Amino acid sequence: MILNLQHIYKDYQQDKLVVPVLKDISLQVEEGEYVAVMGPSGSGKTTLMNIIGCLDRPTAGTYELAGEDILKYKDREMSSVRLKSIGFVFQSFHLLPRQSALENVALPLSYAGVKKKERRERAARALERVGLEDRMNFRPTQLSGGQKQRVAIARAMVNNPKLLLADEPTGALDSKSGKQIMELFENLHREGVTIVMITHDKAIASHAKRVVQIIDGEITENGREVQDA
Amino acid sequence: MFENIRLSFQGIWSHKMRSFLTMLGIIIGIAAIIAIVSTITGTNEQIKQNLIGAGDNNVTVQLHMGDSTYEMEYNGIPEGVPVITGDVLAEIRAVDEVKDAALYVSREAYNTVYHQNTGLSGGKLYGVEKEYFDVCNYLVRSGRVFDDGDISGFRKVAVLDEDSAEALFLGENPVGKTIEVLAEPYVVIGVVEKSDKFEPVINTMEDYYMYAQRGSGTVFVPYVAWPGLYGYDEPQKLVLTVNKTEDMTAAGKKSADILNSYLSVTDKNLRYEAIDLLKQAKDIQDLSRSTNTMLIWIAGISLLVGGIGVMNIMLVSVTERTQEIGLKKAIGARKSKILGQFLTEAAVLTSLGGLLGVIVGIILAEVISKLTGTLVAISPPAAVGAVVFSMVIGIVFGLLPSYKAANLNPIDALRHE
Ligand SMILES: Nc1ncnc2c1ncn2[C@@H]1O[C@H](COP(=O)(O)OP(=O)(O)O)[C@@H](O)[C@H]1O
Ligand SMILES: [Mg+2]
Repeated sequence: MILNLQHIYKDYQQDKLVVPVLKDISLQVEEGEYVAVMGPSGSGKTTLMNIIGCLDRPTAGTYELAGEDILKYKDREMSSVRLKSIGFVFQSFHLLPRQSALENVALPLSYAGVKKKERRERAARALERVGLEDRMNFRPTQLSGGQKQRVAIARAMVNNPKLLLADEPTGALDSKSGKQIMELFENLHREGVTIVMITHDKAIASHAKRVVQIIDGEITENGREVQDA
Repeated sequence: MFENIRLSFQGIWSHKMRSFLTMLGIIIGIAAIIAIVSTITGTNEQIKQNLIGAGDNNVTVQLHMGDSTYEMEYNGIPEGVPVITGDVLAEIRAVDEVKDAALYVSREAYNTVYHQNTGLSGGKLYGVEKEYFDVCNYLVRSGRVFDDGDISGFRKVAVLDEDSAEALFLGENPVGKTIEVLAEPYVVIGVVEKSDKFEPVINTMEDYYMYAQRGSGTVFVPYVAWPGLYGYDEPQKLVLTVNKTEDMTAAGKKSADILNSYLSVTDKNLRYEAIDLLKQAKDIQDLSRSTNTMLIWIAGISLLVGGIGVMNIMLVSVTERTQEIGLKKAIGARKSKILGQFLTEAAVLTSLGGLLGVIVGIILAEVISKLTGTLVAISPPAAVGAVVFSMVIGIVFGLLPSYKAANLNPIDALRHE
């Protein structure tokens, strides 16, 4: 089991009010699964992804990533987990505007201490995998939305993480580009990458093999039986 | 590291105007410091050359009353000051720093020396031994200087320097002509000139006196003629020559000490002292240094303001790039990476400012030199130091913004619009 979240709670402090955002979320994902987390806007999907992605800590609950109790890690070790084990894809791409596609993709490799020559080779291969071998030296401003998101996917996958987290990856794209992204995810799924994709769009969610429904911070539909650890 | 530097240049280049304005404080501060330091060094060099005269390593030792020189014509021959004997002179010549020494006596030449009806006003009359001209680096321009025959025969002969020759003879050749010294006829046997002409820049009254003392023309007669002109037992003055300019102070002091040891005066204010040009040069340098210290403080404040400007822009830059920082942290960049990136950026920015400042400062110094006719000396260590100092300013003032960037919460940062 790659993800095992048990009884996760997350509260936000707003002024003096405590706002509960996630309420008793328990979720297991097996290695190689392709899961969509679906729910209306404001239901807590991004909050859940931040916890899964080691960007945030829950108020209560336990979380194991590939069998490791991740919550006892310090911030420094958390960055190392994000670098090696998790790839992120965001709705708004988050590419560095002054860097070429190749440089954007190579960025995580430089944090991993990979040598310059190898960085370029591996970044180039990652761009080939998303079909952008002829756009390597383009700046983000010279790319379409769909192409930008493919660069972002190449960047997410360049360190060969076990887990790909995508938050509304097609949210800023037209339906044709969105479809291409879904085809890419399908390919990655076939290669054995575990994918957790967040969306509020039913049509997009239907590309996944399992759909988890979340409403108002609670899981209403798990897509399979809940196992207690 | 190199990657960070390259990216910093990219960032600076993509915001040319803003980067330039940010660097301006640093550029102005560094340029001012470089210009000031270059002119100080140049001016000091010039003051030294002016006062000492290049290659003329002469020190005069004479009687002083308190802080001023003791003038025989006004104060009379002092009690308890013996005439300096050959033995004492030998003792002075034996001092390590002293290369050679000679004794002389002197008077203002006003109303004293005439050629026909032309008098020598403002000049001096010297009674000298025959070695005097060697010690003082005089060259014989025409005729000859005193020899043993002139001394032993008590001949009434005189030597002119080029200034007195010009003043008395107006371009005529004076050799063989007769002049009157205190109404006695003296035959001019030669004209001498200084091997290095002393051409001071006159800035103060002191400079003026010094110039007047040495520059308005001198008439030399043999020392043995002095009692016939002014009377016996007049204590002499001493002129020294040294090998190295740095030895002038020590040689002057040691010689004055020797002469003072033979004094039997009741008034302790009456002493031999060296007229120490090197020390006077240093005093003037100290004066200019203290005004320049003030200027350097002002430049320093400009650098401080420049540094705060850099901090301000870096804080703006961190806010602008919140999303970029959030993304980098999300995909696994450690705090130290973000810290390093922003510190490098600040350091590159200010180093570049420092470099431009050095260039502007050198240009400024050259312009000052052209306008005022003073020397400038550009010092490479000062230039390198200025750039390094600018880099340190960048690191110090970049610390707060970089720390802020490194500690951004990636979730908030990614959400930031
Ligand atoms: N940092 C925060 N402080 C306070 N409230 C927050 C914060 N982040 C998210 N929320 C609230 O949590 C709820 C869920 O947000 P989010 O997880 O982004 O929803 P979704 O991604 O499903 O649209 C929202 O009501 C949002 O206002
Ligand atoms: Mg969301």
